[in-house]
Amino acid sequence: MADQQIPLAGKKAPESVDRLIVLPLAKSVEISLKSIKVRFFRSLITTMSLVLAVSFLSFVRVNNDVANGLLATQERHLRQAVIRAGYDIGLEDTNVGASPKQRWIIILSLMVCVVGIVNAQLMAVTERFREIGTMKCLGALDRFILRLFILEAGMQGLAGAGAGALAGALFALIGALLRFGLVSLTAVSWTAVIGSVAIAIAVGCVLSLIGVLYPAIVAARMQPVEAMRVEQ
Amino acid sequence: MAESTNIVRVTNVYKTFQLGKVEVEALKGVNLAIARGNYISIMGPSGSGKSTLFNMIGGLDKPSSGKVFIDEVDIAQLDAYELAWLRCRKIGYIFQTFNIIQVMTALENITLPMVFAGMNNDLAVEKGLQLLELVGLGDRFSHKPFELSGGQQQRVAIARALANDPAIILADEPTGNLDLTTGEEIISLLKRLSQERNVTVISATHDFKMLNVSDQVVWIRDGAVDKIEDREELSISIGKIDTRH
Repeated sequence: MADQQIPLAGKKAPESVDRLIVLPLAKSVEISLKSIKVRFFRSLITTMSLVLAVSFLSFVRVNNDVANGLLATQERHLRQAVIRAGYDIGLEDTNVGASPKQRWIIILSLMVCVVGIVNAQLMAVTERFREIGTMKCLGALDRFILRLFILEAGMQGLAGAGAGALAGALFALIGALLRFGLVSLTAVSWTAVIGSVAIAIAVGCVLSLIGVLYPAIVAARMQPVEAMRVEQ
Repeated sequence: MAESTNIVRVTNVYKTFQLGKVEVEALKGVNLAIARGNYISIMGPSGSGKSTLFNMIGGLDKPSSGKVFIDEVDIAQLDAYELAWLRCRKIGYIFQTFNIIQVMTALENITLPMVFAGMNNDLAVEKGLQLLELVGLGDRFSHKPFELSGGQQQRVAIARALANDPAIILADEPTGNLDLTTGEEIISLLKRLSQERNVTVISATHDFKMLNVSDQVVWIRDGAVDKIEDREELSISIGKIDTRH
């Protein structure tokens, strides 16, 4: 490091702008992974609400996929079975859409999930005030902190949403198997199921990122001196 | 001439805090010049404005009025990036509570500021190991903070503060959470490093052990500099302190 001995003295301040502070992406990923690993139990709890909400979403969607598959067979007794299972379908309907009631419950569960994530992440930020402040004293910029939190939330979101979506789809398929028999698995359109799982994962990731945004901004905006003021 | 030897210059600094509806004046016109390479202790009772002054010098806080120059750069003129650069490259911080980042090993803690400064990873690791050797923890690089004692954590903090060869080390009560002997070890380590590396050490402290090694002691009282004593005058006042105990 050749420029270490050059003092700022005698230079106009703006000249030091080009000597930027950096945090390579690989390093940020490494740090966020490590911090998830160290606080694994905490991350698990943060992720749990996401897992539950996403699995519910995926469960409902896959159930609809199964019902649609059964209706598509055009067989009378399967249609009766679907109606008996509680789906509201009219005489002419050939597919099951998400009913307004269903939609409301899903939206509600996702909203509760976001609030849960915000809550858990705010706690995590408070817990890590000292760590954030220390990093800032070592020269970290606001956006490093922001990036670390968003990366962490992204990874948690991907893992949680993935697990939740697969679990939800699995339960829905098992339920269908028990209720309608093997025909439900042959009749169902697997592309629709995969689509439903993918949508659930994407929604989960987005929710996780939305949930972390405010806490991460709180963390990033914090002045280092405030962080130091926090007792133990 | 004075410009090149003073690493920190504080001129007529006032700082007021808004506490609810009350305005509290923490600093009331502080003037101070700190020469390069000195070991300075800032002493004063709690609530004297000591920490506020200390934060100003560290570029952690900006004055309400007046100017703080670090290496002849007015910190009020710096934007967020330049302040971060200053914290990263010019100043090393040591805290009372060590503030080692818990999720990282000793070595990773030390290399972090070097990564921020854009140093290549291998170089940073090599230098980090050297620094750990320097503070006497060469064999403990892979330990997590909770596996280290208080004194060892503070040594890691010192090594981390030195990572980017700063001009100033700011130590806020570095011995506050340590026992007597460990505290003494840390003080002598800081003193040795400040001499070897020509680093200005500025510490806020209650610890009278600090006075023995200080080149200069700044006494703060009620938000203003009460007196500044050099080493020679100091031995007399230490005598007084000793008798008071």
